[in-house]
Amino acid sequence: MSLLGVRDLSVAIGALMPVDGVSFEIAPGETFALLGESGCGKSLTALSLMRLLPPAAHIARGEVNFDGRDLFSIPESGMRELRGGGMAMIFQEPATSLNPVMTIGDQIGEVLRLHGGRPGRVSELLEAVGIPDPERRATEYPFQLSGGMKQRAMIAMALAGEPKLLIADEPTTALDVTIQAQVLDLLKDLQRQMGMAMLLITHDLGVVARMADRVGVMHGGRLVEVAEAKAFFRGPSHPYSQRLFAALPENLAKPASQPQDQTLLEVDNLAVHFPIRRGFLQRTVGCIKAVDGVALKVSRGGTLAVVGESGCGKTTAGKAVLHLLPPTAGTVQFAGQAVTTLAPRQMQMVFQDPFGSLNPRLRIGQIIAEGMRAQGVAGEVGALLEQVGLEASMVARYPHEFSGGQRQRIAIARALAVNPQLLVCDEPTSALDVSVQAQILRLLRDLQDSRGLAYLFITHNIAVVDYLAHNVAVMYLGRIVEQGTVDDVLRNARHPYTQALMAAVPRIDGIVGQRLLVPGDPPSPANPPAGCHFQPRCPHALAVCRETYPEATALSGSHAVRCHLFAA
Amino acid sequence: MKPVLLWSDALFFLLIAVAVGGAWWGRRQAHLRAGWAQVWTSRRARISAVVLGIFFVIGCVDSLHYRPLLPQEEGKPPAHSVEVLSALDALLMPLKANTEKTYSAPLANELFAKETLDDGSRGFPALKYPGAHVFGTDKVGQDVFYLTLKSIRTGLLIGTLTTLIMLPAAVLLGIVAGYLGGWVDDLIQYLYTTLNSIPGVLLIAASVLMMQVIIDTHPDWFATAAERADARLLALCAILGVTSWTGLCRLLRGETLKLREMEYVQAARAFGVSRLAIMLRHVLPNVMHIVLIAVVMDFSGLVLAEAVLSYVGVGVDPNTISFGTMINAARLELAREPMVWWSLAAAFVFMFAMVLAANLLADAVRDAFDPRAAK
Ligand SMILES: Nc1ncnc2c1ncn2[C@@H]1O[C@H](COP(=O)(O)OP(=O)(O)O)[C@@H](O)[C@H]1O
Ligand code: SF4
Ligand SMILES: [Mg+2]
Repeated sequence: MSLLGVRDLSVAIGALMPVDGVSFEIAPGETFALLGESGCGKSLTALSLMRLLPPAAHIARGEVNFDGRDLFSIPESGMRELRGGGMAMIFQEPATSLNPVMTIGDQIGEVLRLHGGRPGRVSELLEAVGIPDPERRATEYPFQLSGGMKQRAMIAMALAGEPKLLIADEPTTALDVTIQAQVLDLLKDLQRQMGMAMLLITHDLGVVARMADRVGVMHGGRLVEVAEAKAFFRGPSHPYSQRLFAALPENLAKPASQPQDQTLLEVDNLAVHFPIRRGFLQRTVGCIKAVDGVALKVSRGGTLAVVGESGCGKTTAGKAVLHLLPPTAGTVQFAGQAVTTLAPRQMQMVFQDPFGSLNPRLRIGQIIAEGMRAQGVAGEVGALLEQVGLEASMVARYPHEFSGGQRQRIAIARALAVNPQLLVCDEPTSALDVSVQAQILRLLRDLQDSRGLAYLFITHNIAVVDYLAHNVAVMYLGRIVEQGTVDDVLRNARHPYTQALMAAVPRIDGIVGQRLLVPGDPPSPANPPAGCHFQPRCPHALAVCRETYPEATALSGSHAVRCHLFAA
Repeated sequence: MKPVLLWSDALFFLLIAVAVGGAWWGRRQAHLRAGWAQVWTSRRARISAVVLGIFFVIGCVDSLHYRPLLPQEEGKPPAHSVEVLSALDALLMPLKANTEKTYSAPLANELFAKETLDDGSRGFPALKYPGAHVFGTDKVGQDVFYLTLKSIRTGLLIGTLTTLIMLPAAVLLGIVAGYLGGWVDDLIQYLYTTLNSIPGVLLIAASVLMMQVIIDTHPDWFATAAERADARLLALCAILGVTSWTGLCRLLRGETLKLREMEYVQAARAFGVSRLAIMLRHVLPNVMHIVLIAVVMDFSGLVLAEAVLSYVGVGVDPNTISFGTMINAARLELAREPMVWWSLAAAFVFMFAMVLAANLLADAVRDAFDPRAAK
């Protein structure tokens, strides 16, 4: 007998039908993953199960059975009982789903009271979700917690009513991989202990592989495939699911091009420190060492990927290379010449947010022509648009008429307009869906082959690195901890942090074998730990690690690592 | 007849030309067109716009000034009256000319106060124009409806010219402070915090009195009393402008600080686009909605400010007909027994209509253009 039965569920917004005839069942204790790209109707499906649809949307038809009751015939007062008690939900953005002016303890206590739990259970719950020092944390406000911690608090809140079904809407999308691994593990453990069923909504095949018993693939508001997870990963049957697999960076054809030997960009000892000002007189009381002595080398026509978790200083480093931010120290040499003021036009940048990187008030033609005009470069806007896979006739349109992927193409065309030799790409695909990401990655590849472009590719997505990069630098808290060729770093990682990073990436083969989970959150760059920055989280830490920061050790001609384990 | 172009007339028509030009330019900007289209979907906004439009037409007609030709005397060259009239006066000639001796209630047939009549008894004398004064007459027998219609121009001028004067400063300084930062920012912030920390009324009172002294000591600058009153009106606009640019400037500085970090600005910097070009192409168009909202929102505040300042006696010239001077005069009449309420009521109703329409339109404009407003 199933816990949740959804039959022919359809949600209408005006004349549109963003969820159209969805049917699935979830058995008690089972994890059902709803997989799909953004805008396919996953979240609306979840919200209609909770009867929390936004005002513009309404349920057009269909029925939902939960625990033997017809969900749509329960009055609103009964629903309040059911939410949190029968089924609970956690959301993608932990920052906005907690009340910022209430302590964590009060917020969990409120749910407990509603569902007749003991108030004393607050710290039990916090402990259960792996928050250290629960008594103290219960008295803290959301802003005092890190992102991962907030998501744990959200989970504790959802569990307070001992629900039979947990609906998790992209619960780890906003988190870093190592934190994501922790939270996914936690969800799995809790589910096993409490015998809870879970509806997991995600766009990430890796997360599905790690978590799900059964999978439903959504596309354009319809459920196009429902399958057992094992069978699904052995061979998806619907063409759309097959396309999803084909778009994964690990399944794209690997590079053929090889970089030249000549060094194009050489960065040495680069540092960017942001002053921390406090108090009435805004005195400088310290600094955030966002980038702290970084050395990089990019060869002509080659790609260097800089990998690391959010806040480790990747973006700052990228901007400092172009002198968009003034470096505190260090030198940047481009094609043998020192860069001291705003970067020459041969270096350009492609930004992460496709919605923030184009001026909404200018037409596409004006946007692309801007650099050419400023630099006095001749060129044709239409031809550039065609080079990045758009149409020349689009010049007169405004950015808001384009999708995220198209905007990113426009941003690339804008950078190419001044014939650069190096592009600094700051997470150019992380705001995009996998299938769009694959197209952009292919475009970057093609451009490298045809124009001999070099990339400094900043990302947190390891799979992308494998597809695009020749060399990789791993960054942790403002410093490069390991550097080498793709094979050196991805397949032969030596630094404990790199190893943890690799292990934390959810893989679609579902291999969770030799996983080594690093505990805790990355420390703040304003107040880094003494000695090796990774030392508080490192499973191999030695005594010396607490005292001095390790020097770089060369393991081979191409592979270098900064860790005391390898010090000669 | 000799046309007279007062300074305020010139500026008012310039402003209307700018507004029309701006509207013509804005028609081709997709986002502005969409915004206004959304404004006009609201019935309240449409009605408010019509009301304001009527006020503006009255204001325009009242801004066409001339000096009428005096009846020619034998053997003398033709002479023009020193009194400056407007096209509105010409249209309303019966209202303007049909004065009574003193107070009369709306639509009354006789005066408000008892007098000794021709036959020696005491009673209410009959009006010269019985039933012709919809809003009654004031102390010197002037038609109150005529006065309120004349007040409209003053209110509009204060509400719009002030904005015209302060806008360039606010926009320029706000964007420059936000974008350039450093000592420029410090200087501009210092300037507006200093201005802000002086009580506005004090500053305005001091400046207006100073202006008054200058005007009084140079009677030769002005050919007619109307020109003198006009100078004082403009001075008041300028002073209000100086004290009111700080709010918008601060808003724009904050928004520019945010825009400066936007990736499209960073991209432009990476191309080596000049700072001026970035401010003009990337910052200014993206703060225009704030400017628009501020202009519409400030309008009603300024109309009200005029009334308050004139009431306190530091507003427009006492000879300029305005809502403020009308209310100020009505103050004493309220104390009479029985009360003379109609001047105040008429001034109040018209001013209220103007301010309410402006506020309703401002709300609709803000809803349409402010990205943070709930849609
Ligand atoms: N303008 C700034 N002022 C102060 N701190 C900053 C500024 N920009 C970035 N930081 C800090 O520097 C660190 C690195 O940031 P960033 O380079 O954006 O990281 P990443 O791109 O790797 O996510 C973070 O701790 C961030 O809070
Ligand atoms: S230096 Fe020590 S603490 Fe740092 S990574 Fe190596 S073993 Fe771990
Ligand atoms: Mg970043």
